[in-house]
Amino acid sequence: MPETKPVLMQGNEACAEGAIRAGVRFYAGYPITPSTEIAEKMAARLPGLGGVFIQMEDEIASMAAVIGASIGGMRTLTATSGPGFSLKQENIGYAIMAEIPCVVVNVQRMGPSTGVPTAPSQGDVMQARWGTHGDHPIIVFSPASVYETYYLTIAAVNLSQKLRQPVILLLDEVIGHMREKVFIPEGSKLMVEKSSDKVPADWKPYDEKGLTPLVPFGFGHYYHVTGLFHDQYGFPTGEPSQVERALDRIHEKLDKYRDEVVLTNYIGHKEPRVVIVTYGCTVRSARAVVKKAYWQNRQPVGLLSLQTLWPFPAKEIEALARQADVIIVPEMNMGQIFGEVERYARGEAEVISLNRYDGEMISPDQISEKMGRWLS
Amino acid sequence: MAVIEQLTQDFLRTKKLPHIWCPGCGNGIVTAALVRAIERADYDQRDVVIVSGIGCSSRAAGYLNFNTLHTTHGRALAFATGLKLARPELKLFVIMGDGDCSAIGGNHFIHSARRNIDLNAVVVNNHIYGMTGGQHSPLTPPGKKATTAPDGTLERDFNLLELARGAGATFGARSTAAQPRQLEQLISRGAKHKGFSVVEALSPCPIAYGRKNKLGGPVDMLRNMKEKSITVERASEMKEEDLQDKTITGVIYSYDVPEYAEEYYRAIGKG
Repeated sequence: MPETKPVLMQGNEACAEGAIRAGVRFYAGYPITPSTEIAEKMAARLPGLGGVFIQMEDEIASMAAVIGASIGGMRTLTATSGPGFSLKQENIGYAIMAEIPCVVVNVQRMGPSTGVPTAPSQGDVMQARWGTHGDHPIIVFSPASVYETYYLTIAAVNLSQKLRQPVILLLDEVIGHMREKVFIPEGSKLMVEKSSDKVPADWKPYDEKGLTPLVPFGFGHYYHVTGLFHDQYGFPTGEPSQVERALDRIHEKLDKYRDEVVLTNYIGHKEPRVVIVTYGCTVRSARAVVKKAYWQNRQPVGLLSLQTLWPFPAKEIEALARQADVIIVPEMNMGQIFGEVERYARGEAEVISLNRYDGEMISPDQISEKMGRWLS
Repeated sequence: MAVIEQLTQDFLRTKKLPHIWCPGCGNGIVTAALVRAIERADYDQRDVVIVSGIGCSSRAAGYLNFNTLHTTHGRALAFATGLKLARPELKLFVIMGDGDCSAIGGNHFIHSARRNIDLNAVVVNNHIYGMTGGQHSPLTPPGKKATTAPDGTLERDFNLLELARGAGATFGARSTAAQPRQLEQLISRGAKHKGFSVVEALSPCPIAYGRKNKLGGPVDMLRNMKEKSITVERASEMKEEDLQDKTITGVIYSYDVPEYAEEYYRAIGKG
């Protein structure tokens, strides 16, 4: 593919640039380490593009402002880290319920609580899934490089628009702050989807037949937006069958577009005996291991990296488990994705976790060591 | 067709009525004043947005035939800030209750005032959390009873308009459900004001507040409100000690200060 000149870029910058490339013109945020560079980049770039940058009074307000701007028809993004992500949860739930598109970036840091603000961690995987109350669907991406951050941000914006669903980008401090050489493809090579702006005559904001575009406020469609359970027109309902239907509706759209939502990448042996399953910055250590074990030593080893954490890539794990003897799940937490992998391995392969939660990365040696006895 | 019927047809979602409010509640009176003020302003209906928080009065959004946004508890102004910046041509009215606005939403309230963003806040102050059954709010006067202050609250209350003024609000007005015409005029003036405007509307809650504090029925509460009200013009001629128990109504303050959204778009060269 024709490429432009290489750029040296930080993960957080790539996130901001990807968002802008995808048409994001509204950013509301609150300063927090290690995500602040995203806000700073947006503050520098958006005004020149005619966009809006606003530093709100707190994390809750930032999330609310982003939803408000989305209802006004803008593509929006906000970024934060652990403690701020906790504060945003109620309004993330609102966006899910009211089907308002927006992208929320969480550059994970070591928790719980204030934790170690400058240390990397992958401790928010379950919070990203279940942080807001109620039985909700969620989409969570986790990039493993600066370039992946760039294109997953674009994918997040587009999917969010298409499905009218918030998308969480779960970066970690390593990816957010690391500088890498990035080749940004030419404009025509990177799809930035346009939202549908044709409104059908029988448009309903929450059509029970399926996906409908969001018609922004101010165009004469006088509908209601609420966090209450609502009917097709957005008006509150507590009628049991309508409540159940409404909850099914917001889940079904993710099921229907699963192939666009669930992104994974496999490298290594075609018939692996040992597979590493991981995500985010830990992919980098795992890749070094596979490079040596497979590309150099032709050992039956593979790596499945998960760009999408939620909805969980269950089918992919099921298929791998049928092939491999063992799946190793390294992650920088006490074992969050491990449980999911074990669940979908369904006893077909042994699943072993490798955890580190001291604020340091998992090294290739740690993974090799864990893998050793399965290859002898 | 009578004017009021026309208004009802155009601006109310009549199919969504009857409303959920208790008999004797002032929310209907305040909502009606808001609707008349919007009509008086002669906006394009498409440009009007009603934003609200959570609580009894915030349910008004669902009954009004505009683009309506019923947000999360306390956050109406933060949602409205995003929408206004995205679409500065829209006319936003933000309905909040006393607890919604001044307790859980207090931070957004002071910062909206500080920014002087052109949002028209209508705060329906019934001195109580009504929807949850009568707990005290930051606008419950000291000594008044609530389910969470069975012997009367020991806490001092906010003076909402002075709180807003201290935070930089450029328009503050007050009226009551007992003076719907004045209330309508004040909301109308707040809407014309460029910048953040606050109209505090005192409103009776006979069920959760009146009964607990032996304030009589709805008619007694309204009569009492009217008797205690005194215009800002008359109040200026009276002594401080004579004003202790009074509700000062009218435009309490109005200042000309650049409006945030307009300033923002001017600064980026799109104004």
